[in-house]
Amino acid sequence: MTQVATLPDPLEEVAPPRGRSGGAAWGLWLLRRLGLAVFTLWLVSILVFLATAALGDPVRAILGRDYDSNVAKREQLQGLLNSDHSVLWRYFHWLGGLLTGDPGTSLANGQPVWGQVSSNVLNTLALVLLSALVMIPVAFGIAMISSHFRRRRPDTVIQTILLALAGVPEFVTGILLVALFSTSVFHIFPAVTISSATGHPWDAPKGMVLPVATLVVAVSPYVSRIVRATLLEVLDSDYVELARLKGIPEPVVMRKHALLNAIVPGIQVIALQLAWLAGGVVLVETLFSYPGVGFQLVDAVRSHDVPMVQLLSMIIAGVYVVVNLVADLLSILLTPRARTAISS
Amino acid sequence: MSATTSPPRSSSFFRKALRQKRFTFGFSVTVLVVAFAVFAPHLSPYGENETAGPPFAKDGVFGTDYLGQDVLSRLMHGGQSILVISLLATLLGMVVGVLIGVVAAYSGGWWDEVIMRLNDVLLAFPQILLALVVLTALEKPSNLVVIVLVGASHAPRVARVSRGVALGIVSRDFVVAAEALGERRSRVIVAEVLPNMTGPLLAEAGLRLTYSIGLVAALGFLGFATDPGAANWGLMMKENQLALSTQPWGVVAPVLMIAIFTIATNLMADGLAQASQKGD
Repeated sequence: MTQVATLPDPLEEVAPPRGRSGGAAWGLWLLRRLGLAVFTLWLVSILVFLATAALGDPVRAILGRDYDSNVAKREQLQGLLNSDHSVLWRYFHWLGGLLTGDPGTSLANGQPVWGQVSSNVLNTLALVLLSALVMIPVAFGIAMISSHFRRRRPDTVIQTILLALAGVPEFVTGILLVALFSTSVFHIFPAVTISSATGHPWDAPKGMVLPVATLVVAVSPYVSRIVRATLLEVLDSDYVELARLKGIPEPVVMRKHALLNAIVPGIQVIALQLAWLAGGVVLVETLFSYPGVGFQLVDAVRSHDVPMVQLLSMIIAGVYVVVNLVADLLSILLTPRARTAISS
Repeated sequence: MSATTSPPRSSSFFRKALRQKRFTFGFSVTVLVVAFAVFAPHLSPYGENETAGPPFAKDGVFGTDYLGQDVLSRLMHGGQSILVISLLATLLGMVVGVLIGVVAAYSGGWWDEVIMRLNDVLLAFPQILLALVVLTALEKPSNLVVIVLVGASHAPRVARVSRGVALGIVSRDFVVAAEALGERRSRVIVAEVLPNMTGPLLAEAGLRLTYSIGLVAALGFLGFATDPGAANWGLMMKENQLALSTQPWGVVAPVLMIAIFTIATNLMADGLAQASQKGD
């Protein structure tokens, strides 16, 4: 970031030198932000619990027509859900269990849900991180090419294609990719992820290509459009003009002066998209039978397995909150103006 | 804008939008797809649940599906439900979201803070997740439930956008003037604030429609269709996914319809957004 500081920021000059008070302000900011995250998660837990346990009767949904005849099964399921207690009691019982690592027993197979999700969480994290690793250079690359041709034909064409892609649902893209690369036109990659009971999907890397590609196509257009807009703004700024006047070649201006300043808004968008991915994987994992939390969630919703759904949705919401927190922290650390604004 | 300026009329806004190439293209294709969904059922060669031949055969334009029903006929029947549900869900999400956003912006202060904080909690839910969580405890999803769920998942996102737009309007002179004349707060919102938000809100509605189509199709694809027998573009993908290698049209035809539809509505929404940014 040092090369871009050709013009001193007025805010930075008036800011007091950072000392103990700056550190305290930082701690306070972090504490406030953490408290907000915990508060959000708590409200989310109320929402999840009410939606799954209070809106309908899961036991009736599981048993269907057997609800009246199969009394033994009904009472067993109601026992697992503590149906004889009040909603308030059940909520705190569940919340307590969630915090102490015992979020209930699966209605589908009678096993504790906690032990059944860990490998799926790992698989989904791998899928999302891999997609992000591919997506970031792709999105920034497209944005750089597009802003290089700013408002000329190639730029317009790229932007229209990106805009069109941005609206297409991810499972639609996924199916088209499968038809193209797996079943109908070419036969290069497998259409489903095959993983043994003990192994992970990345043991067969070929099976991960299409899921990752689908997520990249789903997320890149949006990130790319935002980064391009930021790049254009930066390219019009005074310090880039100055760098050009100094005779610095255009590729270097783009790389060192423009790109670095587009990173902070880029981080915000990438974080938003990563958080979105936590939900977006639901469809992509189902499409490819990828053994992650999304696949598991759809399965649990189909079998009305309430404790499982509650845990998985808390995990997904938790990922969202944490990713946002990290993004806020990163963008403040990378923006000198915001850094000094907090410590002053 | 001065205090005496009248709110821009929507017809002039529409004309401005028509000058956007994206809008014109998106709007025309959307109209075509809607016309297809509305009129095609009357023209389809076979009935919605009529057997046309053996399963996954190559008869007809797109062949047959897993039950031997004609894919083209299913495609022609399958648009209506998605279209109606998406439209109603979008409408519901817009009305609720705009109401929350405008009230938050107009009240300001403490109320604004509380409303938007609660809104942030809802935003921590990916849209599809909200629908799935509620569907867990229900025996069978009905059309109404899907509309409410999709609409409810839009509302917090619409609320954030409309609050942002409304914030720029509530402090303008004509709103202050209306307040000074002693107008009721609800009347100020309806008569002064809302008419000036038409452009950005139309753009937002177009975007929300795009997502509604995706969400409704996704629920069908995941197997949460409201009527398992009825034709539905989302459900068709799930039904015929197994035969993707031997009879791809059963899946690819509905997929292409959804892709074309969402691309068109998205381009339309972007055209509207561009037109509304061009100023009055």
